[in-house]
Amino acid sequence: MQLIPCPWCGPREEVEFHYGGQAHVAYPAAPADLSDREWAEYVFFRDNPKGLFAERWVHSTGCRRWFNAIRDTGTHDFRAVYRPNEPKPVIS
Amino acid sequence: MTNSFRTSTGGRVNRELPLSFQFDGTPYSGYAGDTLASALLANGKHDIASSIKFGRPRGVFAAGPEDPSGVIQIEEPFPEPMLMASTVELYDGLVASGLPGQGWLADRPDPARYDAVHHHCDLLVVGAGPAGLSAALTGARAGARVVLVDSLSEAGGSLLGSTEVIDGRPALEWVESVTAELDEHPDVLHLQRATAFGCYDDGFALALENRTDHLGGAADPDDTRQRVWRIRAQYLVIATGAHERPVVFNDNDRPGIMLAASARTFLHRFGVLAGGRAVLFTTNDSAYAAAFDLSDAGVTIVAVADSRAQVSERLQDGCVRRGIALHTGHVVSGTDGDRRVESVDIAALTGDNEVGQAERVAADLLLVSGGWNPAVHLFSQARGRLRYDDGIGAFVPAEDLEQGRAVGAAAGHFGLADALRDGASAAAAALGPTATAAVTEHQVDDLVEAPSAVLWSVPGSGETGMAFVDLQRDATTQDVLRAVGAGLRSVEHVKRYTTIGTGLDQGKTSGVVTSGIIADALGVGVAELGVTTYRPPYTPVAFAALAGRNRGQLLDPVRLTPTHVWALTRGAEFENVGQWKRAWYFPREGESMDGAVARECRAAREGVAFMDGSTLGKIDVQGPGAGELLDRIYTNMMSTLKVGRARYGVMCGADGMVVDDGTVIRLADEHFLLTTTTGNAASVLETMEEWLQTEWPELRVHLTSVTEHWATFPVVGPKSREVIAALVPDLDVSNDAFGFMTWRDAEIAGVPVRIVRISFSGELAYEVNVSAWHAMAVWRAIAEAGRPHGITPYGTETMHVLRAEKGFPIIGQDTDATMTPQDLGMSWVVSKKKEDFVGKRSFTRLENQREDRKQLVGLLPQDPSVLLPEGGQVIETADLPEAPVRMLGHVTSSYHSATSGCTFALAVVRGGRDRLGETLYVPMNGTPVPVTVSDTVLYDKEGARRDG
Repeated sequence: MQLIPCPWCGPREEVEFHYGGQAHVAYPAAPADLSDREWAEYVFFRDNPKGLFAERWVHSTGCRRWFNAIRDTGTHDFRAVYRPNEPKPVIS
Repeated sequence: MTNSFRTSTGGRVNRELPLSFQFDGTPYSGYAGDTLASALLANGKHDIASSIKFGRPRGVFAAGPEDPSGVIQIEEPFPEPMLMASTVELYDGLVASGLPGQGWLADRPDPARYDAVHHHCDLLVVGAGPAGLSAALTGARAGARVVLVDSLSEAGGSLLGSTEVIDGRPALEWVESVTAELDEHPDVLHLQRATAFGCYDDGFALALENRTDHLGGAADPDDTRQRVWRIRAQYLVIATGAHERPVVFNDNDRPGIMLAASARTFLHRFGVLAGGRAVLFTTNDSAYAAAFDLSDAGVTIVAVADSRAQVSERLQDGCVRRGIALHTGHVVSGTDGDRRVESVDIAALTGDNEVGQAERVAADLLLVSGGWNPAVHLFSQARGRLRYDDGIGAFVPAEDLEQGRAVGAAAGHFGLADALRDGASAAAAALGPTATAAVTEHQVDDLVEAPSAVLWSVPGSGETGMAFVDLQRDATTQDVLRAVGAGLRSVEHVKRYTTIGTGLDQGKTSGVVTSGIIADALGVGVAELGVTTYRPPYTPVAFAALAGRNRGQLLDPVRLTPTHVWALTRGAEFENVGQWKRAWYFPREGESMDGAVARECRAAREGVAFMDGSTLGKIDVQGPGAGELLDRIYTNMMSTLKVGRARYGVMCGADGMVVDDGTVIRLADEHFLLTTTTGNAASVLETMEEWLQTEWPELRVHLTSVTEHWATFPVVGPKSREVIAALVPDLDVSNDAFGFMTWRDAEIAGVPVRIVRISFSGELAYEVNVSAWHAMAVWRAIAEAGRPHGITPYGTETMHVLRAEKGFPIIGQDTDATMTPQDLGMSWVVSKKKEDFVGKRSFTRLENQREDRKQLVGLLPQDPSVLLPEGGQVIETADLPEAPVRMLGHVTSSYHSATSGCTFALAVVRGGRDRLGETLYVPMNGTPVPVTVSDTVLYDKEGARRDG
């Protein structure tokens, strides 16, 4: 069982966490101004890369806080974790 | 004939402690320290099982968990199927039998206790052979937290079955001194009878400890029988040794045929002679030790067939000295015998992959060695990369793990000196300078071995007789060739086609051999072909052990409401709602469910009734941003709610679909309390937290789950006002003073309560909220005050009927994830004033504007005695047309209405609101039943009753 480094608590077992999908998909500032297509892009469409991916996670049975992570979807490696208010780290 | 194959001295068994056991109905005896396999062999019992497909007799093929054929069933003391005789420690009173490849499960609950322990360490060492002990000792001396697990009853590993010497003394003396020193270290956990069966990410490993079986009847029945150790290690040392590999030849499955080193183990560890006249068939030097030791112990070694053209002088001398006929360049091409091997055919390897004329020799034991496979299972599970080593014909670790290393024989380093050095240096690599300083050098005389030959299968095998690759699956070379002939090229595909490697031994002796045979057939290298994936568990693990304490009542928490015991004593029937037990209905003596529900409904509609609604989810929302948060979450406006008032609300996902509904009351300017449906309490809190933390961190709001803190008792019916008035004399309960959707603080039975004018039934109703701690006092007071009015307790069934009569949907029953508030006929709950809220933009999507969306409507069966089935499909025609039938929707709720004297249903129907008055059909048992589409509200359409 993998350890996930919660930026609030430190490394904890993966069963304590839930996945929250792609990170940095901001709620549109003015949804009413969007076309159906643009709104659908926000609601339904997400990237699904093999390799590094910025994701949201929540430490559900720990501190119950959300955070972001750069994870390699090919290896499940957590390359970086950061709090929601922190910028996305640059990883090559 | 008891223990007639036991040596007079030697072995690790305790001859002072004889044990009685039964096998296949025959009583036998063995000694403490025996395995079932060694005890049977000591009694000359070789054919112990039969094979799954062909029913051929099978015996003990190996002394450890790699044995593919010694499959047994324990009958007493508690039935356990499919175990290896070689891994079952003998105990007094054991009753077992051989299996034809399949066992039987107990028909009674397992009384034994199973549990799990979590452990953390710097160094996890798997295997207490020379490499593992060396690693553990080095780590312990460096002060590290060490866990050492080993599957056998005592430490020593391969040393238990050999005659090795370390530092001039018998190796087992060294083992004893190491374990004694480990015992002195408080941070060392040393577990024997503990098999590491799985390695996972980040140094996580599982081990199964057998704690009591070997004690037999002396075991404390309350003690834990098996324990799963969940170990998180900083560094993993895999010292799991190696498994000897067989060579495939005709009739290679008879009892009395076994791996050479296993026979040596039976001799040295158990003092058991596996036969009287033996032949050794080998491709390498290591197996000669078995032949020589058995010869020295009195077994006649008739012949050695070595597939290599040349053998070292040392081995030649050893054979000459013992009078053993050595046939180099020879193989075993077949065997014969009835219940056991009786003769062995030895033939020369000639030129191009053929064998010459065989010579038949009489023997009751055939030792086989095709070399060694490092036990790389755990290493591979931990995602270590393997490489094929041509020299030994086996897969070996190609690298170190990020947090671990395979050492000794598991790494393909078969010498004792290598093992000792490997173990110590792995610990040093893990722990750094302090451990490096603790490394001890040892004096060991390893013999220089000549190169081995790699031979998977004797030429011609299977062409005339049967040559088994996987004994447990009865899979032969012909099966492998048939798979390849069918076009299969991958070892994984061949495995699934032939079932090779899918037995409980998981192909420990057959996996690499299969790869070799496939590679030869395809004319490719074994390296490029690879080997099937190693998956946990390494050895079989019972579900009972994995379940541990989490069974029976401890499987899942049970949540009880404050009035649970009261309802129990009233004879209530309960229903499970998630983890909650809720009172379903309260039947009187001899009353049916329908009768009870009808009576409870009448009480609520005509008099007064009360229920325990405490399972409603409750979330306390506090902070300056509380109103703003609720405005963004709910479809309607909450920030304008006045303190002292309540409002119904619906929340949607960003896709505009309804996720939950409930009421919101405002307790203070910056303090709200909202309710959710029982099943969504956790998910609503999570969703709100998600928005708050990830999108709107600027809002200063705290969310707290208070579901268990508040008990909630609706008091319902035209007489409810009188009951509340009696309970709270100083509260003005008139409709003007205490109107619908308002709340008041009050006191009942000396307990502070909050009373809310909310109705989920359409009737005049007061919802009494009280701290759960004091709930029963208030509940009893309500019952007492209601007695003059015949107050009736009701359960969830009546609650459902009452709300359905009013067309109130239950989110999750009348809706799925495709229903908008508009689909539910609740446009009134969607704010037009708010610029945005979660889901708003989706309402104007083209898809959500379609007129043929499924909408919530009522259905009235035209025969008012017909109760529609929930989930029943709604169709257009009175005759069931040819499939595919166009489905208009389905029934979501269906009840008898005692009040209206008819049955009724709620349903979602395409364009349903435009169909009011139409006749549609719901097939029941294949016959479409006519129904009239109606408004969702069956009872009190004007809403005249809610104010009493």
